[in-house]
Amino acid sequence: MLSRTAENLFWTARYIERAETNARLLEVGARNALIPNTGGGYRNEWDSVLQASGTAAAFAEKYGETVQRNIETWMFFDRDNPNSVTSCIERARENGRIVRTALTSQVWDVLNTAFAEVREFARQERSSLSLSDLTDWTLRTTALVRGSALNTQLRNDGNDFTNIGHYLERADSTARLLDVKYFVLLPTISHVGSGLDNYQWRTLLRAMSSNRAFNWAYGGEISPAKIVDFLVLNRACPRSLLSAVEGANDHLDRLARAYGRSTAAQTAVRGMVGELADMTVEDIFDEGLHEFLTRFILRVGALAGEVQRTYLSGEMR
Amino acid sequence: MYDGSDVRPPYRGLEGWSRDMPSELKAMKQSEAEALFRRIGITFAVYGEGGSPDRLIPFDMFPRVFSADEWHRLERGIKQRARALNAFLVDVYGRGEIVKAGRIPGRLVYQNEAYETAVCGFVPPKGVYSHIVGIDLVRTGPDEFFVLEDNCRTPSGVSYMLENREIMMRMFPQLFQHNRIAPVENYPGLLRRTLASVAPRKCEGEPRVVILTPGHYNSAYYEHSFLADMMGVELVEGADLFVEGDYCWMRTTEGPKRVDVIYRRIDDAFIDPLCFRPDSMLGVAGLMNVYRSGGVTICSAPGAGVADDKAIYTFVPEMVRFYLGEEPILNNVPTWQCAKSDDCKYVLEHLPELVVKEVHGSGGYGMLVGPKADRSTIDIFAEKIREKPWNYIAQPTLALSTCPTFVDEGIAPRHVDLRPYCLVGEQIELVPGGLTRVALKEGSLVVNSSQGGGVKDTWVMAE
Repeated sequence: MLSRTAENLFWTARYIERAETNARLLEVGARNALIPNTGGGYRNEWDSVLQASGTAAAFAEKYGETVQRNIETWMFFDRDNPNSVTSCIERARENGRIVRTALTSQVWDVLNTAFAEVREFARQERSSLSLSDLTDWTLRTTALVRGSALNTQLRNDGNDFTNIGHYLERADSTARLLDVKYFVLLPTISHVGSGLDNYQWRTLLRAMSSNRAFNWAYGGEISPAKIVDFLVLNRACPRSLLSAVEGANDHLDRLARAYGRSTAAQTAVRGMVGELADMTVEDIFDEGLHEFLTRFILRVGALAGEVQRTYLSGEMR
Repeated sequence: MYDGSDVRPPYRGLEGWSRDMPSELKAMKQSEAEALFRRIGITFAVYGEGGSPDRLIPFDMFPRVFSADEWHRLERGIKQRARALNAFLVDVYGRGEIVKAGRIPGRLVYQNEAYETAVCGFVPPKGVYSHIVGIDLVRTGPDEFFVLEDNCRTPSGVSYMLENREIMMRMFPQLFQHNRIAPVENYPGLLRRTLASVAPRKCEGEPRVVILTPGHYNSAYYEHSFLADMMGVELVEGADLFVEGDYCWMRTTEGPKRVDVIYRRIDDAFIDPLCFRPDSMLGVAGLMNVYRSGGVTICSAPGAGVADDKAIYTFVPEMVRFYLGEEPILNNVPTWQCAKSDDCKYVLEHLPELVVKEVHGSGGYGMLVGPKADRSTIDIFAEKIREKPWNYIAQPTLALSTCPTFVDEGIAPRHVDLRPYCLVGEQIELVPGGLTRVALKEGSLVVNSSQGGGVKDTWVMAE
């Protein structure tokens, strides 16, 4: 297929996944803001939400103080934020429009409808839109895009590029969501076992739609080790780093088979799968959760760069 | 629709339908149609107007109908004209017989802006320059059709012909059960076959056809992607193609793939920065060399524009007689060339009753509709004509036919034109239908979508 078409499919998927991440981040922030702080008042963890979304500096420049309403605007509506839900949906739809011919009419329909709806939100009175309406809408919409692609798209190379985009973005996103709370997940004596931190962990799981799944998988008490295991190393968790990297690996393998040749992208992703598969939670804590996640995010970026260079730039010979 | 007070036969199947439709149902269907268009994403952008890039062209649900006999005559006239235009193009880039015979002034051809010296002496595959000929027609009487203009380069709007039909069939299936309406849905298949039939000399095996678009910011992008989709061919931009070793290739995820036929939707000037405009970002460097050496076919062929120029238009009936030895079936509208001093004098004296157009203009911009213009507008225009007489032609205002159209007050007549799309390859094909554009403003004669025009489904009744 045309390299440019593959590139547009790849980015459509990434933007959709990114919109979802932003909605999940907003949810984490909003729930945490409802918890009383130990020192009086309420906890303000919006800073860490902005850090995780990678847009803290741009936010500070435009709005200054971290007020919830401004953060909602920034993360959902603001077109100055390239990662806001509105920006992501618009760009996903624009990428989709460019490659209309590579999308089924169902997928296009969902993208186009989402675009119309997100514009409609911008016209509505803000007070009539609750945060949970917005995040619910985003999760529902992104699920519709994924679902209609799963049900109707040809299982060809275009589908592989879509999925590679989707899995790479998801790997990046889970790592970032986890990074928001890395400090409470560190096994330091003072935090462990306090009711407050249980609540924060639950919030994180809830934001990943994994709260009950976690109970089924592990049962019993929550511990940092269990959470890290679940979200990083557990193949059963659909949002774990290993699941995401293996998903990208599967689709890169399919491409290598279909095209009859393997490239540096396949080598890179296999290296990542190999490392994660052999890792234990202890290894991660030894390295430092934050350090591990930072390194992982960089590797995902490097892999995406390799996919770009190999397949999407049109330089393949 | 009416002949005196009687409903003309082709419209009989619609009389009850439109009369019995309650206004609430009409409003509901109208908004349903709009929602469908928007969901499909058929929108267009108007240059220079700003505003939303996602505007819809208004769709009128009342179809325009031709009987089989009416269509049959039109079809012969359109195919005749398409043949003559192509014969003219081969001739003027070759021996120039029509000029030597004194039937067309050489100056109008060889000094025409659209004349491409870069393709002189080259005969494209199958001798076809213009593969899709869009001929704009108006009707002025039961058997009287006039050609307003020919479009030999890349006529647009065919996606509306197809989508208007889809939407009508979806909304009013019963109309299609009770009326035998010839289908148009084979157009993309015919287009693909036409393009494949003009594969270049050096093509081996099944020709690979692509559509070349200026990109997704172009107002006709929807149409480009729609046609690519319906034909099952790649939609490429200039940057997706490159030239190497006398062939044209496209960049794919598996490496370069050879391209044989390019249906280009960009202007001549942008095709190849090495041959035409050096600042073009839309084209492919070196493409013209590949074209002239038989490595790729470009449709329509570079240089085809000289045949649809408004100054050449006057001579098309002469082409029909000269090349085909036939009498033209379709009439030209009488045209005054302001470049000729007698004509110019007449035009300036009769401005209030004439339509004046720029020779190279399109889209309904820069024109004067005399009977609708006030005194000061006419004076300003007269000044422009005196300044650059060669830039203008004038035509009488025709008593354009009207077609029933849904308006706020019910159903009322509105002026319409017709653009059928004639395909020229190894064979000449014409699907029974076309794009009917309608001037939605009462009394207006301008049907361009950029000037408040709408579109209708166009029916040809099966025999």
